[in-house]
Amino acid sequence: MASKKKQQDGLIAIEGELTIYTVMELKDKFLGGLLTNDVLTLDLSEVSEFDGAGLQLLIMAKQGATALNKSFRITNQSPVVVELLDLSSLTGFFGE
Amino acid sequence: MIPDEYLQTFVVECKELLEQMEEALLVVEHDPEDPEIINAIFRAAHTIKGSAGLFGLEPIVAFTHVAESVLDRVRSGEILINSDLITLFIEVHDHLGKLIDHVVEGVHPADEIKSCSKSLVAQLQTYLSGAIVTHANDSDKTPVIQETKTEKAVQSDEVSTDYWHLSLRFGLEVFRNGMDPFSFVRCLTTLGKIVKLVTVMDSIPSVDEMDPESCYLGFEISFDSDADKITIENVFNFVHDDCEIHILPPHSKVSEYERMILELPEQEMRLGEILIKCGSLTPKELDAILNLQSENSNESPKLIGEVLLEQKVVSPPVVDAALEKQKQVKENKKTEANLIRVDAEKLDELINLVGELIIAGAGTNLIARRANMADLIESTATLSRLVEEVRDSALALRMVQIGGTFNRFQRVVRDVSKELGKDIDLIISGAETELDKTVVEKIGDPLTHLVRNSMDHGIEPAEVRIARGKPVKGSLKLNAYHDAGSIVIEVSDDGGGLNKEKIMSKAIERGLVAEGANLTDKEVYNLIFEAGFSTADVVSNLSGRGVGMDVVRRNIQALRGTVDLDSVEGQGSTIRIRLPLTLAIIDGFMVGVGNSIFVVPLDMVVECIELKAWTGDEGDGQYLNLRGEVLPYRRLRDYFDTEGDDVVQRENVVIVRYGEHKAGLVVDKLMGEFQTVIKPLGKLFKSEKSIGGFTILGSGEVAMIVDVPGLMNQIEHEKDEGGTTVVVASK
Repeated sequence: MASKKKQQDGLIAIEGELTIYTVMELKDKFLGGLLTNDVLTLDLSEVSEFDGAGLQLLIMAKQGATALNKSFRITNQSPVVVELLDLSSLTGFFGE
Repeated sequence: MIPDEYLQTFVVECKELLEQMEEALLVVEHDPEDPEIINAIFRAAHTIKGSAGLFGLEPIVAFTHVAESVLDRVRSGEILINSDLITLFIEVHDHLGKLIDHVVEGVHPADEIKSCSKSLVAQLQTYLSGAIVTHANDSDKTPVIQETKTEKAVQSDEVSTDYWHLSLRFGLEVFRNGMDPFSFVRCLTTLGKIVKLVTVMDSIPSVDEMDPESCYLGFEISFDSDADKITIENVFNFVHDDCEIHILPPHSKVSEYERMILELPEQEMRLGEILIKCGSLTPKELDAILNLQSENSNESPKLIGEVLLEQKVVSPPVVDAALEKQKQVKENKKTEANLIRVDAEKLDELINLVGELIIAGAGTNLIARRANMADLIESTATLSRLVEEVRDSALALRMVQIGGTFNRFQRVVRDVSKELGKDIDLIISGAETELDKTVVEKIGDPLTHLVRNSMDHGIEPAEVRIARGKPVKGSLKLNAYHDAGSIVIEVSDDGGGLNKEKIMSKAIERGLVAEGANLTDKEVYNLIFEAGFSTADVVSNLSGRGVGMDVVRRNIQALRGTVDLDSVEGQGSTIRIRLPLTLAIIDGFMVGVGNSIFVVPLDMVVECIELKAWTGDEGDGQYLNLRGEVLPYRRLRDYFDTEGDDVVQRENVVIVRYGEHKAGLVVDKLMGEFQTVIKPLGKLFKSEKSIGGFTILGSGEVAMIVDVPGLMNQIEHEKDEGGTTVVVASK
């Protein structure tokens, strides 16, 4: 798993898996990002695997952001992400 | 490969379900109108199918599926239940039992089983082919809301959607078990088209509490497919256990949706959302209603449910169900199953340990007394009281109601009466009487024999009954009750009773009784329990089944029980089985005789009196006058030939009762109550009838446990030796 955090405008780029194997670590990363930024954007262009646990984590981040009155976005979804978001009908949920 | 323990659980559950099913079937036979009972049968079949599917037991699934389909028709009233159908289902039930037995043995069904499957399925199919469901007509109803909203949903009790509705809530462990909910969704797409999928994320907890490795997801899916329900269900085989899955076929009844809404876990979910997700409403319809609601928003906002109702877009039952659900979810949580399945071996171990605890406690108690420390004595007294309570509750764990065993006989009676062409009713009472599980298990066979016997030999054929002025329908009663530390089970019939002369002549012919012997009625009747006394051609001409009444008696005696028989010629007979409540621990009454200590089961002790005060002579006779009652008594010292001081200050009589007999045992010392763990005697002492076992006292000494019925018997026989009235059958 390789994910690095660039601290500009709260952008986190995720590389590799966004799955059950990585969610534990990523949760803390997302939380940190939410607490230190007003706007947190996830760059998902390099996500190679994405599963239900990963999706669930994104939902959590989105809901968490709403609760903290902050905003959370995802950009550059890689094909695997697009496919699963379509399947789950949650594209709209994360849209805009 | 399925782990054995799961398979075991499966088999145990299936057996239970089959039992319920059988019970229900037998009830339906008398009361075909009760929808609850038919539901019970259906549920049993359905659950068996479901869990068999989980284990990939295809033959069972396929077979049960057909049965379930027929039951479903019965449930919806499309097929009327009648005695033919019930007979068929009883066969289905038996066949399922066989199939499950094969699972236990791990063998593939033999050919005959397969052909039996086929013929049953064919018979079931005849019920199915009659009515093909009438869904097709009312499809194509995507409503234009402005016009049809008043008619839709209300007018029919089927929902309008043409698609399957799947409601899935995944268990927390799904991710950790290496599965991804979406893989099931993808799998579904191989069976058909997902029309609409809503990801339910209501149960994702707040950021702090969320464990990212637990699964909180759920789906509501509208699914277009031609596959049948089993195929769709099979997709979820791997997660069947820890997930909540509802699969509703197209045009399901509103009531099905109602039930699903009630069962879904979401508590705070808004009613509108539930309805959309269940597919009973289209989003369009809901939008329209929401707009309407916001226009009226200067009035106090109405609950969405009420609005929907006013618009008559959803039928009241659906809304009611959803509302009720919101109220009840919290209550439901409380009434979750409060039963635990425990391995019988673990229980035995516990009882064993409790037994050791009692012995150890008694030891401590003794030391405390010897040391004469008041504090310690008091504390051991508390301790022993607690141990006593632990013992009682441990034993209570093993206690089961006899009703389950009794109910099995509904079936036996039904089958045997058909076989014999007699009309016989089974009347059960005392079903809630409890006794030890091991005893229950072992009493089944002897009881079956007695029941069959009563029906076969006892109850007369219809013509004879009419001639004797009895009701045509014979009746057989099973009764159970507690009495003096034992449980009594009665099997009685209103048949012809036993014929004394015939029994006597047979007994004399077999050399069981000397000619001209003078026996009481009871003794005569009980002769049929003697070995070598075949029941064949005694009362009726039906031949025996190879097992005689002597085997019944032996089985019961092996449980430290007794059996005897009462009969009135022409009016019927009653067989009474008397069994100890438990086999492991008893409350004992300790008595001293010479240097030895004996324990008499406390339940059988009626009272203790002083010998001298009640006997006129020196106490050398055989009987004393107990408040006008003749009481035979015996000195244990003589009987057991105990050594010890001959001079005894005061002899006491312990009066014991067993069944209808009372007797006095003369002892030297009364030593009080004592919790007794029964240890069986070795093989060497098998023939000793008057000792039931032994126990170890706190001091390490051994005390013999007096087997009161055995002792009474022995004493009676000794008495008889002079008169040679009864020759005990020896074989």
